[in-house]
Amino acid sequence: MKKKETQNTGITNLKRFSGQAIQKALAFVTLIVMIIFFSVASPNFFVPDNIISILLATCVNGLLALGVTFVIITGGIDLSIGTVMTFSAVIAGVSVTVWGLPLWLGVLIALATGSIIGCLTGLMVAYLRIPAFIATLGVMMVTKGLSLVVSGASPVYFPTGYKEIAVGSLISKLIPGFRLQNGVLIFFVMALIAGVILNRTVLGRYTFAIGSNAEATRLSGVNVNRWLTAIHTLSGLFCGIAGVVISSRLGSAQPALGQGYELEAIAAVVIGGTSLSGGQGTISGTVIGAFIMSVLTNGLRIMGVKQEWQTVVIGLVVILAVFIDIYRRKKQK
Amino acid sequence: MQTTMLNMEHIDKHFPGVHALKDCRFDLRAGEVHALLGENGAGKSTLMKVLTGIHKKDAGQIIFADEELTNLTPQKAQRAGIAMIHQELNLMPHLSAAQNLFIGREPIRAGFLIDDAKMNREALRLFSTLRLGLDPRIRVGDVTVAKQQMIEIAKALSYRSRILIMDEPTAALSGKEIEDLFRVITELKTKGVGIVYISHRMEELMEITDRITVMRDGTYIETVDTKDTSTNALIQMMVGRPLFEAAKSEKNSSDNEVVLSVKNLSTPLLKDINFSLYKGEILGFAGLMGAGRTELARVIFGADPKDSGEILIQGKPVQIRSPQNAVQNGIGYLSEDRKQYGLALNLSVADNTVLATLKKFSRAGFWQGRHAARVASNHIDLLRIKTPSLFQKVRHLSGGNQQKVVIAKWLIRDCDILIFDEPTRGIDIGAKNEIYKLLADLAARGKSIIMISSELPEVLRMSDRIAVMCEGRITKILDIKEANQETIMKYAVNQTKNQPSQITAGN
Repeated sequence: MKKKETQNTGITNLKRFSGQAIQKALAFVTLIVMIIFFSVASPNFFVPDNIISILLATCVNGLLALGVTFVIITGGIDLSIGTVMTFSAVIAGVSVTVWGLPLWLGVLIALATGSIIGCLTGLMVAYLRIPAFIATLGVMMVTKGLSLVVSGASPVYFPTGYKEIAVGSLISKLIPGFRLQNGVLIFFVMALIAGVILNRTVLGRYTFAIGSNAEATRLSGVNVNRWLTAIHTLSGLFCGIAGVVISSRLGSAQPALGQGYELEAIAAVVIGGTSLSGGQGTISGTVIGAFIMSVLTNGLRIMGVKQEWQTVVIGLVVILAVFIDIYRRKKQK
Repeated sequence: MQTTMLNMEHIDKHFPGVHALKDCRFDLRAGEVHALLGENGAGKSTLMKVLTGIHKKDAGQIIFADEELTNLTPQKAQRAGIAMIHQELNLMPHLSAAQNLFIGREPIRAGFLIDDAKMNREALRLFSTLRLGLDPRIRVGDVTVAKQQMIEIAKALSYRSRILIMDEPTAALSGKEIEDLFRVITELKTKGVGIVYISHRMEELMEITDRITVMRDGTYIETVDTKDTSTNALIQMMVGRPLFEAAKSEKNSSDNEVVLSVKNLSTPLLKDINFSLYKGEILGFAGLMGAGRTELARVIFGADPKDSGEILIQGKPVQIRSPQNAVQNGIGYLSEDRKQYGLALNLSVADNTVLATLKKFSRAGFWQGRHAARVASNHIDLLRIKTPSLFQKVRHLSGGNQQKVVIAKWLIRDCDILIFDEPTRGIDIGAKNEIYKLLADLAARGKSIIMISSELPEVLRMSDRIAVMCEGRITKILDIKEANQETIMKYAVNQTKNQPSQITAGN
């Protein structure tokens, strides 16, 4: 770890190499150490089948984490992402099975559902000034309830072709033998797109600006409320995408699923070095964070650690990550 | 010679309970530095906030470049070419210098990507026209306040601002940095930018400004050419006549015992502070904003650490490392921001008064409610706190009564030394007199009081002695007999007889 730091620091830019980058490097090293540890601890860990299952486990949580990264960089939070994901999937399922719409339209409806809910959340947070924690807690409960209402509290099964979306493999058609599922591919492509949005577009720039000093941003002539709404809409879109991927993998929309996903996604974001106080964060950090979460879960399971204890360990890891974030900021001051 | 670009006339502004600006006027010529001078609360910042659209004026007109500006908003003012460099800088610390400059109008390429290269080039060009050796890619949070200010100035200029308002621009700058700032200001003058310069520092005003407008109590007093005036004349205009007559009973507190003494105390913001506090006296602390009075109070109270020096209580050196230590040593601090630091607003009057003394009213960890209520009730009578009951939430009391609750809290705690920071801020006139009476009573009962106040009449009325601070130092401790508003103001801007050259410099 030490070596990594000095390599990146260089001589002149010590200051520009921020604490956030250190935490990201730390997260990356942690990921590698964990992989090595589990590989040594269990012969079943570092084998192709298991690696693929880790990748699969990462993609849903990862997609949610990508979206909520934007919200967290603005200094906000969104607790509704897990249930919004489920709600999007349920709406897609109902529109395909009950209304008989074509699959592609169902997918679009899922994405639109996520975006609209995200937009509404954004309007509440930005214009009505409802504290994000409470507003999104409310949205979490509303969407959870609506999922059960719309689906009649039972799973909505999709027609067969739907599974292809996440479980099929486009890549294997290009590179025979390399059966990487589309779900994973979608995650990586969305991560790239999210990275471009965050670092190269106005939306991304304002995401940082709002998190750094919202009032100064407003006084610079930026319509902060509108952009904040847009950022929440984007996060909602990612929930919609995650909804399509998870329902496609399961072949059904499970209305009772979803709660708890938000915490794992937020944990991934924080572990990846994005500060809960806003103003800083990276997409690559979030991707690493998402992998840490799934490697940890997978590794513990393979080592035979009980489900209950896995939860305990993950909780401790989250506390540790937040502590590092706070400690780092204190030192910066 | 120079043309008038801005003319503000008959500007009136009310805030709830305060008439902040009364028929004010101000004009600015192209290429001049025009200072706004006045005591704290004279209305300088309010006037400028009206000009930048942050506050809406109630009456009056603003004519800029032959056009009347109506319904100003910050955006509108910015577009018209009016920019303000605030005391608290308005930058995004996590973004780079260039990103800060171009926030809200980033150059775009390929339809949606930000052209960072172009942005950095533009920023560099702008920095070099101001002759600033700044890397546009540097994170703003990583550079000094002086550089951040330069970035703000560059940002303001990039909007093609023709009026630049600087509010206490040198407050946080070192000597060298001030030189740099003045160089930039001179450069801006040659470009025809009109600069409004708000500052208390007389030497600076004499050096950099062309004209000075003095304000007092929300009214316009006079505009003078800098070269035709003197520091003394300005101070007289600021303070105004008639002077407040000190109605102070004769009391020679110096005969009493020393309760608290501070020796050679220094921190990054305070330099070599020495003073003693006598039993039963009120020691006033006067000075302008940023002179270090609150900082000193916080160090004595243990809220901030000191670098060197010692604090003696009853002649014995004490180590005060935290507010708890201070309270154990009998020091109570009444913050100027009572709502944030002094009170639990949603708790009752009774709960607040005994908040610092919970232990005294507990037996084996159990709360002795009746005992506490009795003591609280006694203090409510003693201090004449107006409240419908012991159980009223403090939030619903008036400012004056809230202040009394805080005083009660420290009295119950048996504090002998009370530090009041702006004790009457936000309190209406009637209640102010009650607080004054209360302070005098406390002193008469043997409590020793440090009173920080920015209102000179208040300091003069209440204090036995007055310590005047300027830029982190105590420049003078005046006996009340020799104190008046002018002498205090002289020491507060550090224009004393020790530096006669500077007083006469403007004559």
